[in-house]
Amino acid sequence: MAQEIRNYTMNFGPQHPAAHGVLRLVLEMDGETIVRVDPHIGLLHRGTEKLAESKPFNQSIGYMDRLDYVSMMCSEHAYVRAIETLMGIDPPDRAHWIRTMFDEITRILNHLMWIGSNALDLGAMAVFLYAFREREELMDCYEAVSGARLHATYYRPGGVYRDLPAVMPKYHESPWHKGKDLKRLNRWREGSLLDFIDQFAEDFPRRVDEYEELLTTNRIWKQRTVGIGVVTPEQAQEWGMTGPMMRGSGVAWDLRKKQPYARYADVDFDIPVGVNGDCYDRYLVRVAEMRQSARIIRQCVTWLRANPGPVIVQNYKVAPPPRARMKEGMEELIHHFKLFSEGYGVPEGETYCAVEAPKGEFGCYLVSDGANKPFRVHLRAPGFAHLSSIDTIVKGHMLADVVAMIGTYDLVFGEVDR
Amino acid sequence: MGEQLFDHLLMPVVYILCIVVPLIIAVAMYVYWERKVVGWMHVRLGPNQVGPLGLFQAFADVAKLLIKEVILPTRASRALYYLAPMLALVPALAAWAVVPFGAKMVVSNANAGVLYLLGMTSLGVYGIILAGWASNSRYALLGAMRSAAQVISYELSIGLCMVSVLVLAGSLNFTDIVNAQGGTKGIFDWFMWPLLPIMVVYFVSGVAETNRLPFDMAEGESEIVAGFHVEYSGSAFAIFFLAEYANMILVSFLASIMFMGGWFSPFPTSWGWLGQASFWWLFAKAFAFAFLFLWFRATFPRYRYDQIMRLGWKVFIPIGLVWVVVAGFMKFYGVAGV
Repeated sequence: MAQEIRNYTMNFGPQHPAAHGVLRLVLEMDGETIVRVDPHIGLLHRGTEKLAESKPFNQSIGYMDRLDYVSMMCSEHAYVRAIETLMGIDPPDRAHWIRTMFDEITRILNHLMWIGSNALDLGAMAVFLYAFREREELMDCYEAVSGARLHATYYRPGGVYRDLPAVMPKYHESPWHKGKDLKRLNRWREGSLLDFIDQFAEDFPRRVDEYEELLTTNRIWKQRTVGIGVVTPEQAQEWGMTGPMMRGSGVAWDLRKKQPYARYADVDFDIPVGVNGDCYDRYLVRVAEMRQSARIIRQCVTWLRANPGPVIVQNYKVAPPPRARMKEGMEELIHHFKLFSEGYGVPEGETYCAVEAPKGEFGCYLVSDGANKPFRVHLRAPGFAHLSSIDTIVKGHMLADVVAMIGTYDLVFGEVDR
Repeated sequence: MGEQLFDHLLMPVVYILCIVVPLIIAVAMYVYWERKVVGWMHVRLGPNQVGPLGLFQAFADVAKLLIKEVILPTRASRALYYLAPMLALVPALAAWAVVPFGAKMVVSNANAGVLYLLGMTSLGVYGIILAGWASNSRYALLGAMRSAAQVISYELSIGLCMVSVLVLAGSLNFTDIVNAQGGTKGIFDWFMWPLLPIMVVYFVSGVAETNRLPFDMAEGESEIVAGFHVEYSGSAFAIFFLAEYANMILVSFLASIMFMGGWFSPFPTSWGWLGQASFWWLFAKAFAFAFLFLWFRATFPRYRYDQIMRLGWKVFIPIGLVWVVVAGFMKFYGVAGV
């Protein structure tokens, strides 16, 4: 009796160690080989775009952090820039430099998370914990400027919320941090935040060497990534890929160079590009980007040290007045009240502003009808475009390669589902 | 009659207990040591809460696992589902019968010890395959499939490694194999020199055979969640765990016995007490091998299924085959072996 052989369907996620949050893939498999991948998204949909329509402009900045929760400030940057473009305001120089620096800190944060989770997905556990050691220090920078480790809400239309602190907070002695460990944790914290960031950025390339030593020349790592998930430059363009996914295929497309924003035109850095467009090239691109980011950060630190000044526009319709003057001046009190209750009206019009987020082009399409709330916000998340290509890229690979591929997509479901 | 009963029934039971009980404790301490070592390599602390320095962590884990419910999946094959962990554990423990700890310290000084051991370690795979099949889960089935393929390839290379050893030693008995490496020159009498590639192949195959990183695709945490034992919980899971670690220790001991002179000292016999044979030497060597398992686990990425197959068939088996011939020549011309 002849029996029809059917492919095997497997449910990959949403509860799965390699699902990076809530990815659900329905895999059609022929043994270990993937015949079809059907990604199911939407499990983390929170309606951010709709929510933003219901509140004053400033109150949605915090939602942007929650989109891509490993590259928070970059998403804020796109949104804030869209508002600034519509209102025609330009933040002070120092704010631009601070944004440039924190965008790069964010890039390192994101790439650390990526290198750790990608290595962990392929079984190399150590890199994950090494990367988190460094992430911790950058999180402290976030905390020092904004008070929050993840969801900073630091960028504001017209600048940034406040200037960089003159003192970097130190670790106190505790049962967990004492003796030599405490000394190591506090070794860069004697001066200001800028001193801390400078020393971190100086030391960081050595840390990257540590990860590379575990992976770059590791034969198993190469076997798992070289020639896996090849994206041709044409495919990358057809699928709307941006960021390292695109650069890994050899297309030197980087908004920081092509459409410079903030102060990227004034800093010196290179765009690393891959050759083959496989997982290994994307790995190399991201590792090289981390080094470039450290380079940019050091240039920003030099500028910021030399040029004190205001970090937010003095227009009290958009930015809050200084607290001290609010206590005495009627005008300032009214401004403060209006700003935090009604917000401000944005002139009628529409704009699209994008930044080079660590994952690719993160854009914000903003339509205003002149009211104090956006008429429509659309967020262009790079991960969404990347994930849509998974069936094309992964077909014919083995199950273990799907995991490698999800890793190099660098998916975060906050932004894919929005 | 009474004496015979004592010799043939009671004494073996005592011997078996003398091995199994310390072995189980060793597994517990090995798990603790693994977590500690891997922790240090990952710049973290590892267990440090339960008991002094966290030493009782493994026992706490065992206690937890034993009082948890063993969940039977609805459409699982009941008998096989419960049989599988036993099938994994029994050979893992039974294999120890022929492992000598000293010149006269062995439960069964069987003449065909090597064959017995090969048989036992191959049997352990049935546990994994049945577990994967019986739990009626697709992840588990994939794990079992991978495991079956892996074992066929790596059993072969392990078998070939043992052939080289027995060519040099001229015996299938483990005590004789160790004795063949005893001489006056200490470390230079060991089989690890004439059989250096084979030692590497054997140990790496052993890592693969026990499903440890970088060959743990039967479990493949990030691919198939936990592979063959994804549906097991409580004590059934604990038994798989015990079998895996007992096998790891077994591979470490066998590598020391076959290639590193077992209980013989690495120093020449002329060095006084340092040159004396003792089972402490065996333990020290096995410990070093066991440490390698943890080191691999802490740093290496995982191989892909087909890559493991390729490594087994295209690299290890040819090396094994060639070295059988080389070992034959070495023996014939008196370069090595007895």
